[in-house]
Amino acid sequence: MNATEANHDVQLGMPALPAPDYPADVRARLEADAKEVIARYPGARSALLPLLHLVQAEEGHVTRTGIRFCAELLDLTTAEVTAVSTFYSMYRRKASGDYQVGVCTNTLCAVMGGDAIFEDLKEYLGVGNGETTEDGAVTLEHIECNAACDFAPVVMVNWEFFDNQTPQSARQLVDDLRAGRTVEPTRGAPLCTFRQTARMLAGFPDERPGAVQATGGAGPASLIGLRLAKGEVAPGRVDHVIAPRTAQAPADEPPSGHADAQAPPGHPSSHDAPHETSASDDDHPAGPAAEEGE
Amino acid sequence: MTVAAEHGGASRPGAGGEASPEKLLAPVLSAFWDQPESWTLETYRRHEGYEGLRKALAMPPDDVIAYVKDSGLRGRGGAGFPTGMKWQFIPQGDGKPHYLVVNADESEPGTCKDIPLLFANPHSLIEGIVIACHAIRSRHAFIYLRGEVVPVLRRLHEAVREAYAAGFLGKNILGSGLDLDVIVHAGAGAYICGEETALLDSLEGRRGQPRLRPPFPAVAGLYACPTVVNNVESIASVPAILHKGKDWFRSMGSEKSPGFTLYSLSGHVARPGQYEAPMGITLRQLLDMSGGMRRGHRLKFWTPGGSSTPMFTDEHLDVPLDYEGVGAAGSMLGTKALQCFDETTCVVRAVTRWTEFYAHESCGKCTPCREGTYWLVQLLRDIEEGRGRPEDLDKIDDIADNINGKSFCALGDGAASPIFSSLKYFREEYEQHLTGKGCPFDPAKSTLWGDNDAHLGVNA
Repeated sequence: MNATEANHDVQLGMPALPAPDYPADVRARLEADAKEVIARYPGARSALLPLLHLVQAEEGHVTRTGIRFCAELLDLTTAEVTAVSTFYSMYRRKASGDYQVGVCTNTLCAVMGGDAIFEDLKEYLGVGNGETTEDGAVTLEHIECNAACDFAPVVMVNWEFFDNQTPQSARQLVDDLRAGRTVEPTRGAPLCTFRQTARMLAGFPDERPGAVQATGGAGPASLIGLRLAKGEVAPGRVDHVIAPRTAQAPADEPPSGHADAQAPPGHPSSHDAPHETSASDDDHPAGPAAEEGE
Repeated sequence: MTVAAEHGGASRPGAGGEASPEKLLAPVLSAFWDQPESWTLETYRRHEGYEGLRKALAMPPDDVIAYVKDSGLRGRGGAGFPTGMKWQFIPQGDGKPHYLVVNADESEPGTCKDIPLLFANPHSLIEGIVIACHAIRSRHAFIYLRGEVVPVLRRLHEAVREAYAAGFLGKNILGSGLDLDVIVHAGAGAYICGEETALLDSLEGRRGQPRLRPPFPAVAGLYACPTVVNNVESIASVPAILHKGKDWFRSMGSEKSPGFTLYSLSGHVARPGQYEAPMGITLRQLLDMSGGMRRGHRLKFWTPGGSSTPMFTDEHLDVPLDYEGVGAAGSMLGTKALQCFDETTCVVRAVTRWTEFYAHESCGKCTPCREGTYWLVQLLRDIEEGRGRPEDLDKIDDIADNINGKSFCALGDGAASPIFSSLKYFREEYEQHLTGKGCPFDPAKSTLWGDNDAHLGVNA
């Protein structure tokens, strides 16, 4: 973008000056897109969430300029737009990486290994929650339940599914992202950047050839009931367990994470404010230690 | 080689496969998810897709409403309200536009049925939308999809495009005179938008905060016009009912909870996944057919329908998973999200994390929920870390009581459920955390890879 010199946003301890507008060419392009979106809705304001995705597609996060743009197009105040944009967690408030790596740490994924993956990635990448690696490639965050509990633990990158993750597979994933290698999710299309993803969310379909077909139909867990019902797998046998994702992993990597997967010390359940907790206490077993009937 | 389901509880007499999966399961929505390119219009039509629509369009709208009502279909989004009755509430001849809004904001922790359904078979929803809009006389439908599922967004965009191209959407659908536009609307990350009135505010471009009812959406919903808000699975179930008949639908399940539905098994089970079955199947049946809990472990606690439904234990394995059965046992069917946790899992940790979720997602509109969830988190964190006091257990119970039923919407009730139910079944475990030593569990043992035998032992 070719922002003019006069548009520098200088803070002098006074109320903020109105945000600068987009350069004329950017503005014209965005306005055409915005009008197409607005025309889909019986009420113009319904286009606000899509428009916020659209300005996020332009700049990677929702800037004051983007808020001003939405306000002008929908005849709202910037305060009204800001109130909406800060309510929803998908709108970023600061510049972030091309790839948003979200580790599900809601209860089920956390217990199944999401906490361990998140702790491991924080250490491996040297960033905290919501922070971006120095190369600007990866923004790490923990996310809430993403409706894929039967594929736990789940990692989302730019809101595509990476199922059945381990600390190793997640490390491999961020290594690939930072090295610029093509990364394909377990379910979803080959990754594009966060900004390109935001454009889809604004309501513009993915035009890349093969994107809709990518990774095929339902994931393996989604098909388990159907296969049992069709007699394709024998009931009551533990003869198949969904394997962790290994597609991106080197061939010599163990098929699941137990080889050298280190659980984090303690278990910071309160991930927003981690505190130490005591380790396992053998003197106070909390569950049946022995298997019944054996 | 065969590993018995080790889910504890009383063993079922004569458990020897007298009820096979073929008889216990009933794939309808999921019947062809294993076919190549299952999401396309072509595949859908090869499997009798859009046949229900032809029957519906040949019927007067009111007859369609009556038919769906007679089928007994109840909402699959959690509350179980009869779908046909919801449609019937729309005032007719009022001169206002009517709207159908599909709630695809699937975010309840544990719930994972609509997203795989839309990924593998989006046209079942599109067909259901056209039927519903014919019935309620709507020209505009919206699919409010949570934003965090781009693979599904992609397939919905494509399914809508295909449906327009084939004449199932747009002007004069199949020559019936029905005009219908469908808009796929991506949300932006807010659990509360799964609440139907918050969803409507969000769809109007506002913060997603629930509205006071009445007026109900059927009278004053989107843009203050009559609006039906239905869950994805509810609407997607309608085409099969029209095509195969209400008697066929009623041949499954029970009198008050008829039909088929998607059960989502997750957690420490041998085979997590989607199991489509008649209403009323039990968790024991599902575990028996699917290999039970992971090898060498026992079921400790589970949710029948997501984190907002009071948890169950291994005493509840034989509860029929329908609206009445689960209700009679003290919980709610909810979204049939069966999250199963084994004995390695700390219930205090689980409840603390869920409570953090509710505190994070509380929209802030009403005081009991906003403040209550905040203070629950503070207390639960202390308890989990061994810094709690004995009276804290009564205090969290009291705070939950001040949220439950006293909040603006059901998010508050949902936040109270794990507190009440975990105290009911696992108070001793809370007390173990009060000894000053912190949590007695090792979280490494709960992970997918924490138990070598469970995942490699059988095949190795």
